[in-house]
Amino acid sequence: MRAFAHLLDRLSLTASRNAKLTLTRDFLRETPDPDRGWALAALTGSLTFKSAKAAAIRAAVEARMDPALFAWSYDYVGDLAETVALVWPARPGANRPPELSEVVEALRTAGRVEAQSLIEGWLDALDADGRWALLKLVTGGLRVGLSSRLAKQALADLGRVPLAEIEEVWHALAPPYGDLFAWLEGRAARPTADAPGRFRPVMLAQALDEAIDLPKLDPADYAAEWKWDGIRVQAVSERGERRLYTRTGEVISAAFPDVVAALTFDGVIDGELVILRDGAIAPFGDLQQRLNRKTADAKLMAKFPAGIRAYDLLLDSETDLRALPFAARRERLEAVIAAHGSDRLDLSPIQPFADWDDLARLRAAPPPGDPRAAEGLMLKRWDSAYLAGRPKGPWFKWKRDPRRVDAVLLYAQRGHGKRSSFYSDFTFGVWRTDIGGHPTLTPVGKSYFGFTDAELKQLDTFVRENTTERFGPVRAVRADLDFGLVLEVAFEGLQRSTRHKSGLAMRFPRISRIRWDKPAREADTLDTLERMLAAMGG
Amino acid sequence: MIRPQDLLHPRPEGLYCPPGDFYIDPTRAVDRAVITHGHADHARAGHGAAFATPETLAIMQVRYGANFAGSAQAMTYGETIRRDGVAVTLVPAGHVLGSAQAVVRWKGLTMVVSGDYKRRRDPTCTAFEPVQCDVFVTEATFALPVFRHPPDTGEIARLLHSVAQFPERSHVVGAYSLGKAQRVIRLLREAGWDRTLYVHGALERLNALYEGFGVDLGPLAPATGASKAELTGQIAIAPPSALATPWARRFPDPVDAFASGWMRIRARARQQGVELPLILSDHADWDELTATLAELHPGEVWITHGREEALARWCDLNGLPARALALVGYEDEGD
Ligand SMILES: [Zn+2]
Repeated sequence: MRAFAHLLDRLSLTASRNAKLTLTRDFLRETPDPDRGWALAALTGSLTFKSAKAAAIRAAVEARMDPALFAWSYDYVGDLAETVALVWPARPGANRPPELSEVVEALRTAGRVEAQSLIEGWLDALDADGRWALLKLVTGGLRVGLSSRLAKQALADLGRVPLAEIEEVWHALAPPYGDLFAWLEGRAARPTADAPGRFRPVMLAQALDEAIDLPKLDPADYAAEWKWDGIRVQAVSERGERRLYTRTGEVISAAFPDVVAALTFDGVIDGELVILRDGAIAPFGDLQQRLNRKTADAKLMAKFPAGIRAYDLLLDSETDLRALPFAARRERLEAVIAAHGSDRLDLSPIQPFADWDDLARLRAAPPPGDPRAAEGLMLKRWDSAYLAGRPKGPWFKWKRDPRRVDAVLLYAQRGHGKRSSFYSDFTFGVWRTDIGGHPTLTPVGKSYFGFTDAELKQLDTFVRENTTERFGPVRAVRADLDFGLVLEVAFEGLQRSTRHKSGLAMRFPRISRIRWDKPAREADTLDTLERMLAAMGG
Repeated sequence: MIRPQDLLHPRPEGLYCPPGDFYIDPTRAVDRAVITHGHADHARAGHGAAFATPETLAIMQVRYGANFAGSAQAMTYGETIRRDGVAVTLVPAGHVLGSAQAVVRWKGLTMVVSGDYKRRRDPTCTAFEPVQCDVFVTEATFALPVFRHPPDTGEIARLLHSVAQFPERSHVVGAYSLGKAQRVIRLLREAGWDRTLYVHGALERLNALYEGFGVDLGPLAPATGASKAELTGQIAIAPPSALATPWARRFPDPVDAFASGWMRIRARARQQGVELPLILSDHADWDELTATLAELHPGEVWITHGREEALARWCDLNGLPARALALVGYEDEGD
């Protein structure tokens, strides 16, 4: 429990992905079975139990100490689990502190009353860090920012195996993953991946470099299709088991019952999850209404009906198609969609083209309708097998040129890790006219990349020298008609947003150029962004 | 009938002793001041006469220069000076080097002004010495039951574990320049870390002073001027305020650590961008405060600065008459 508590603590304070990987990998290496397996399940959200109600925990601690002192403590700390962990009166020698596996195994069979007394006994025996981890676990409050993608990478690092191999077996495994660790430590063969409904590692495309790649490629070798503006998913319907996965293998079926209901085929489809209304793709902002939710009710599904636009077929009934050429898979995909397509499931069409110039014209000026909002084009070799990861050569994504605006720097925030002594997260805005008719800057986005290390130093100096106000790690910088730093911001798309005062949000904004030369008053206006949004069909 | 408030009572300048005509730890310049320890909120410059331990006077001289007071009188631990029937003795408080409790006796009445103190072992200063008294004047910096500082060996072990885990980074430990920095260094030496420790320039003179009083800090080198390669895998100690400044850029992908009692609260660590909080405090935690009051069992408890209401509540529950003095101007420079 102690090692698990320390891991939680460090993960919750670490922003760097590499550091999280190291912490997780070392924990998995140093912790014995089955504790590490249960920890992994808890961290990746595969293990959630709400065995204890906050009110019962609070009552238990108030029975042990002065309620006034508890109230002041809670008021000061602000988090119930942390407060209780800190103030719980120690009973040295009361018990042996439990291991994580003992906690998990006992709570899986305990009723509510029994669970409460078990928890109180463990709290007596653990130290403050152990109590904190226990309380976070049993009240369902474990949020330390460890994605299952990252956990799987840590497992791959631990066993020195490719990530795809972990992904291949992941959904056939159950906590505490004894067979997985045995394999990663070379004590046993790789566990079988044969579980119906499992995830298959996804094939990704490289970004196309027009100048370098295109002259080397023969247009006849490649199929082209639009890269739709949704999220990449894998829809599985296998031996009665239906699941919807993100491209990193997270299960999102529960949030999309309308899509799952449409998986009447038997096989595995790779496609784009989008909002489909009358066969047309709605703006990405509509899809966001359905993302990051655990469930969806009828009203939400009626307002934002989700569906899949299919790109590829990985499994057809019992036949694994991944080794076949794309052309053959495509033929079978068309047959599956012809039989099972619906208003929730349709086919991403192949775009015929004569040569690269022809395709470049198509990309620059997409025809009206869905392609207008596409992120760009995908190029897939007709003979390409479906390979996990991002192999070089068979698939390319040819994104549309980014949009650009000139915005003014408004706020800067200190970064993390390597960048913790730099102001490296920048919020910028464009001009609009306020109610009184005066030009004013309204924030439209935030970015922390796109610039070089040398430019970061210059930006940091500018922030420090032109600070007008400080709020914790954030500084406001001077920005008005007569003074301000103009940043050229490149972004992939725009969408409506209620979170921003401007009513707009940028997708993937990055700082493409620092315009030391440009006066702040000549930066772009909100009208410019509104016109861009209209042109994108938003 | 002698009342405690006839011997000591709060004034805007600080705690005042009318029969002896002196202040204890005044926050403004006064004619005569007894100073418990060298932290800036307790020891300020400009008094007519300053009475303190030799260590505290040396610290004041390093911080404020040779003319930090009109006159300075050194009082070793246990030594008593008398003035108009009032006897003052300094006894160890265990807070930082030279820290003392002021024991004030007058007409059979004993009052102990403990300044800042802690009860656990500290290799850089003399341990707290309990003195039976009628009135115990206590600090309350960490007087909430949430503050229970873990053993320092465990915190240092976490730091060393992290150093081993991230050999490609350097660890920069924020620690206040008087007391905490030297204690962290000493604890690292006791844990077996005998490599050169890199220190911020602001620590150099106080480090030298501690060494002059016999606290062996081992090999130290200035961080300024060291190359990134030299700093890789190493530990550096700096005042907390230096962590977010351009000074910190010399370190390869530094792990920001912070040695402070406040690091017990996770939100504090998060707010300050601390990646590795080390719960190391030079103040008594809740258990030490309450155990000290239970042990001394004074006739009355006066509470100077910190979370007075919680400690007063505890006194109330345990049958100890208590009063909060609401002295202003004390922050927790040492933590
Ligand atoms: Zn102090």
